[in-house]
Amino acid sequence: MLKQDVSEIRALIIKHKRRDLIFALCGLLALMVGVLTFAVLFIGMVIDGLPRISWEFFTHFPSRRAEHAGILSAWVGTTLVMLVTAVAAIPVGVAAAVYLEEYAPKNILTDIIEINVTNLAGVPSIVYGLLALGLFVYAFGFGQSILSAGLTLALLILPVVIVATREAIRAIPGAIREGAYALGATKWQTTADHILPYSAPGIMTGIIIGMARAIGETAPVITIGALTFIAFLPAPPVKGEFPFLNFEWLFSGFTVMPIQMFNWTSRPEAAFHQNAAAAGLVLVVMTLSMNAVAIYIRYRLRKNIKW
Amino acid sequence: MSSVLAEAATVVSDRLHRRASRHVKERVIETILFLSALFSVFVTLGIVWVLLSESIVFFQHVSVWDFLTDTQWTPLFDDDHYGIMVLLSGTLVSSAVALAVAIPLGTTIAIYLSEFAPFSLREVAKPFLELLGGVPTVVYGYFALLYVTPALQYLALTLFGYNLPGFNLLSAGLVMGIMIIPYVSSVSEDAMRSVPMSMREGSYAMGATRFQTAVRVVTPAAFSGIAAAYILGISRAVGETMILAVAAGMQPNLTWNPLEPAATITAFIVQVALGDLPHGSIGYQTIFAAGLTLMIITLGFNILGHLLRRKFRQAY
Repeated sequence: MLKQDVSEIRALIIKHKRRDLIFALCGLLALMVGVLTFAVLFIGMVIDGLPRISWEFFTHFPSRRAEHAGILSAWVGTTLVMLVTAVAAIPVGVAAAVYLEEYAPKNILTDIIEINVTNLAGVPSIVYGLLALGLFVYAFGFGQSILSAGLTLALLILPVVIVATREAIRAIPGAIREGAYALGATKWQTTADHILPYSAPGIMTGIIIGMARAIGETAPVITIGALTFIAFLPAPPVKGEFPFLNFEWLFSGFTVMPIQMFNWTSRPEAAFHQNAAAAGLVLVVMTLSMNAVAIYIRYRLRKNIKW
Repeated sequence: MSSVLAEAATVVSDRLHRRASRHVKERVIETILFLSALFSVFVTLGIVWVLLSESIVFFQHVSVWDFLTDTQWTPLFDDDHYGIMVLLSGTLVSSAVALAVAIPLGTTIAIYLSEFAPFSLREVAKPFLELLGGVPTVVYGYFALLYVTPALQYLALTLFGYNLPGFNLLSAGLVMGIMIIPYVSSVSEDAMRSVPMSMREGSYAMGATRFQTAVRVVTPAAFSGIAAAYILGISRAVGETMILAVAAGMQPNLTWNPLEPAATITAFIVQVALGDLPHGSIGYQTIFAAGLTLMIITLGFNILGHLLRRKFRQAY
């Protein structure tokens, strides 16, 4: 009788172990769905797009004839828009994070700011486009310009920068602060000379991930009215005579990489789809390498720094 | 000797003296930092103000009742109708398809990575999933329209003899589901990994297998985090724009059938923005009313997520 019990239990164990194995296989399979989709997407774009990528592709304006079309105005537009985004989002985002981590008293206002940052991260990107359309384009009169687009994307990535910076600052042990205070440093001296330098790699990670997201964002930039067909470049930001800087480009019309790709994708001719694949390839390589750099920085950080 | 000491003491006490300039500088910097933090609140207020002010003008022209119950959406025709249900149906159907993909796959991946996977695999899989979430959505749209849709058309024709239209919610929804997997899996996994080891050990000590422990102990304990992950996925799906604008078509269509083409709220906004509507016209205001609807839906889900988290939060 006892023997029978034991064999029953053994059978039960085997059954349950089999379930373990089946689930582990399901998990791997689910992971493979993601991996395979990405592989098909990437390899497909390489096959369709790589033949179109050449020097001319980067130095030509878009054209009605697919084989002459290029992404000159798109990549110049993306670069300039990203410049505005970085200049606007990085100082404000880092300053806000420093305030919340180092300065903020525990009160209702701080709670409101914290909840608000979390909520902003969940707002759909196209709503930022509507905000910018009402505020930057019409109320402030910036028009459908590089400045409007850059500021829009800056608002969009602000929560990303704030959250990443806060995490980086939080990882610094309190002893560092106490050491600085003990030597008579003020709060700002402690922050500027110790907290910010030590958290710089973490902050960089957040900024890079935010910028990678901004480069790929299409919907908010379309909403403020970026053009899809642009065959001119904005005025160059540097000029020959004093003061050598030129800010006309800020108010210029523009297009960006994802919009150029969207435009080519939504055309019926297959030749333009090849252009879309090539533009998509450039875009994916850009965003993925930025993300990879960010992941690498974080990985090294985790490995090397032991407080 | 004593004079030297006295001199040193005065120098030191001078240095220790509270300097007004230093104090003022600290104050100014703190104020600047505070204003930066407060700026995010103004962004929210700006969103609310822009959406409400334009929508109020819109609702003077169209009654709220018509907006919610009309079954036609033809804002740019002479015979104009403004039934948001038409756009909402597209949004809901595509989101449902996306979640049907993302929630099972994302949860399975999360449980697998947190409870089953060897350390080395997890170290590779997590960054890879992050990369998957970093692909621009317009690229996913291209993929849905030019790869997934033809494949689905072929399948539908050979298996069911059905002619799938070139634009459909199914293909956009499937790809959107793949896009959302990393959001669901990474937040769920973080929640599961924060469940203390002692709970797993207790379960193993009772003779439970890994699978039983994962499903009956870890998952319920991490429920609040997993719910937050699902809510995040829903918000992403409802607010996603480019995949739908590219692959689902921009024709407003009141349908609950994922095999049909239909415009979503977001796709409609893109469509209007691509055209040239004069500022202040009723057509211009419709996109703000549509945006307000979108905002209310995502806000509703975010609040629901917050409540769920509060209700089921377990402190260890």
